[in-house]
Amino acid sequence: MALAQMPAASPRVGLFVTCLVDLMRPSVGFAAIRLLENAGCRVEVPETQTCCGQPAYNSGDRRDTRDIARSVVAAFAGYDYVVVPSGSCAGMIHEHYPALFADEPETLAKAQDLARRTHELTSFLVDVMKVERVGAAYSGTVTYHDSCSGLRELKVKRQPRRLLASVSGLTLKELPGAEICCGFGGTFCVKYPDISERMATEKADDIKATGADTLLAGDMGCLMNMAGKLQRQGSGVRVRHVAEVLAGVTDTPPIGEPKA
Amino acid sequence: MQSTTRAFKANVRKAIVEPGLQKALGMMKTGFQVRRLAAVEKLPEFEQLRDQARDIKNHVLENLDFYLERFERKVTEAGGKVHWCRSAEEAREAILGICRGVGAKTVTKGKSMIAEEIALNDFLEEEGIEPIETDLGEYIIQLRGEPPSHIIAPAIHLNKTDVIDAFQKAHTHLDPNRPMEEPTALLEEARGVLRPKFLAADVGITGANFMIAETGSTIIVTNEGNGDLTQILPKAHVVLASLEKLVPTFEDAATILRLLARSATGQEFSVYTTVSTGPRRPDDLDGPAEFHVVLLDNGRSDILGTEFQDMLRCIRCSACLNHCPVYATVGGHAYGWVYPGPMGAVLTPTLIGIEESGHLPNASTFCGRCESVCPMRIPLPKMMRHWREREFERHLSPPSVRAGLAFWAWFAKRPRLYRLATGLAARLLGLFGRAHGRYGWLPLASGWTRGREFPAPEGQTFMSQWRKRSRA
Ligand code: SF4
Repeated sequence: MALAQMPAASPRVGLFVTCLVDLMRPSVGFAAIRLLENAGCRVEVPETQTCCGQPAYNSGDRRDTRDIARSVVAAFAGYDYVVVPSGSCAGMIHEHYPALFADEPETLAKAQDLARRTHELTSFLVDVMKVERVGAAYSGTVTYHDSCSGLRELKVKRQPRRLLASVSGLTLKELPGAEICCGFGGTFCVKYPDISERMATEKADDIKATGADTLLAGDMGCLMNMAGKLQRQGSGVRVRHVAEVLAGVTDTPPIGEPKA
Repeated sequence: MQSTTRAFKANVRKAIVEPGLQKALGMMKTGFQVRRLAAVEKLPEFEQLRDQARDIKNHVLENLDFYLERFERKVTEAGGKVHWCRSAEEAREAILGICRGVGAKTVTKGKSMIAEEIALNDFLEEEGIEPIETDLGEYIIQLRGEPPSHIIAPAIHLNKTDVIDAFQKAHTHLDPNRPMEEPTALLEEARGVLRPKFLAADVGITGANFMIAETGSTIIVTNEGNGDLTQILPKAHVVLASLEKLVPTFEDAATILRLLARSATGQEFSVYTTVSTGPRRPDDLDGPAEFHVVLLDNGRSDILGTEFQDMLRCIRCSACLNHCPVYATVGGHAYGWVYPGPMGAVLTPTLIGIEESGHLPNASTFCGRCESVCPMRIPLPKMMRHWREREFERHLSPPSVRAGLAFWAWFAKRPRLYRLATGLAARLLGLFGRAHGRYGWLPLASGWTRGREFPAPEGQTFMSQWRKRSRA
């Protein structure tokens, strides 16, 4: 991997794996580690992490959210950076943790400090580590869905595209309506499956219309939702987390596909 | 208006299989969204204007009593009268009193969401007064006997054939074989029917986009000019508005007007921007003999000082609806009350109670598009979450949701047990799903699997693999 400029020292990065990557698709975690190490980071994975707390937060359960947030704050103290292969979970820590502790000055300071150090994976690589190229190859036409929180809370938009542009053999075909929600929405897809399913259908139709053979995005929830819909429709579009393609680890089958 | 918000899920199920509605909603993406973006891109200071507009309204809300009193003084000086109404009922009574005072038989109405909020039409009819909607969209839905489905485009759920149908049924004095295919023909027909009604009306009721404290003026914006005829021709003009429509000066109104039409329809300005100040003066060529402002609170002052205060900055531009993927899927009627979409999801619970409207702030993916386009920078998702918090505190959320959440949170707070549980789940789901890579059906996840496959996990959690690697 070519680096435009190395940060002063190789920073110590804590990887926040996210509950969905941990449970559903560990390859994304390993891909993230490879990308970070190639960029010159020393990566550690704190053992006590579980989830960022969004299911509780978005259900109005502030007490459990605060408890979970407190343990995340503690688990990731001391790292130069905390990197997350999800715009949604990174957004939770970056945008919402500080707001949870407005009445607890000591935790607030720690939460703000954590928020400052926390980044979504592709934006960390581009904006902080100044990575310009990844040394990966992928043969195919991909399209990219911008997941909502990453896009609107953290302004992740050009960073993944920038890195994808350096993948040899890869053509990016932009997805019309890429900024429109896919209908996942965390607990929303369980509470309002009818609406969620319709939104996923619209998204799947847009994806198929691009003619791309691969769909990428930076959030597992959205990816599972879109893959599930595409596959129910019998589409052969392959669905992967963007980190897998950037790191060149595409030996695991695409999301929802059986082992060859 | 009777709320059907409790039946939100049933409303949704109906809406998503209604082909006419889905076709009409499909037009929104290319209409409102594209036009707004083009208008915004042409105005370099748009983002600054949003800050200014937010600050203007915040200032008003912090000093509401001061500006309300000033507004009333100025209205009175101009020869008008302000009616302070705490509730929908008081507002209806005030309007009835004005109508009775001039012996009104018919009332023309410009588009007003507040009139919907207080269910004015039904009330007037019961009292023997005929209300006539003069905005084309409102006129169409009045003929069909249904509420608006959008705050600025009330008939957006309809297609042309629905309009032809409604006109055929209502305008029986016209030749049944008249050509009606061209939209202009429909427009002309509505004009022809409405013209004599404008002339005959005794009272004209309009809403207000702004109330200006320094002059006691009110402003409405329309594209059809129906508002002007509604307010100029009858004996009395009633402006029906809620408190938060107030701004200190004309200058302030002008600032917000630059955002309003651009955010709403992508126009730089609406076709008509009409200012009314008091009744007809001796040297005026026309105008009403009486000018009334019916000022409605209806629970709004209770929001002041709470986490929902920012909602009172809303100027009803509809940008949040027009960009909402949920609204675009289910349409306005599914929300079950006057205000649909993201603004309704926040406002409706403040007006009819969260017990009645709990679905609305929950039926959002928090995609944040509404907030990103709201000209008044209202943090809509944050306030929907506040409603969920209030529900949770008061144990109003469904027991199944609470139980599931408690179960999950218990594990999420205990990393070691969490690892055991997720490790087991990943192995089981991975084992049975491996052959196909996904599930077509899963217990407890039928909502998902009814329309989607559920991907099988890889088999071992990241954390267990990581631990093995680090030990190796
Ligand atoms: S909430 Fe904002 S975007 Fe929605 S109608 Fe009100 S002002 Fe417009």
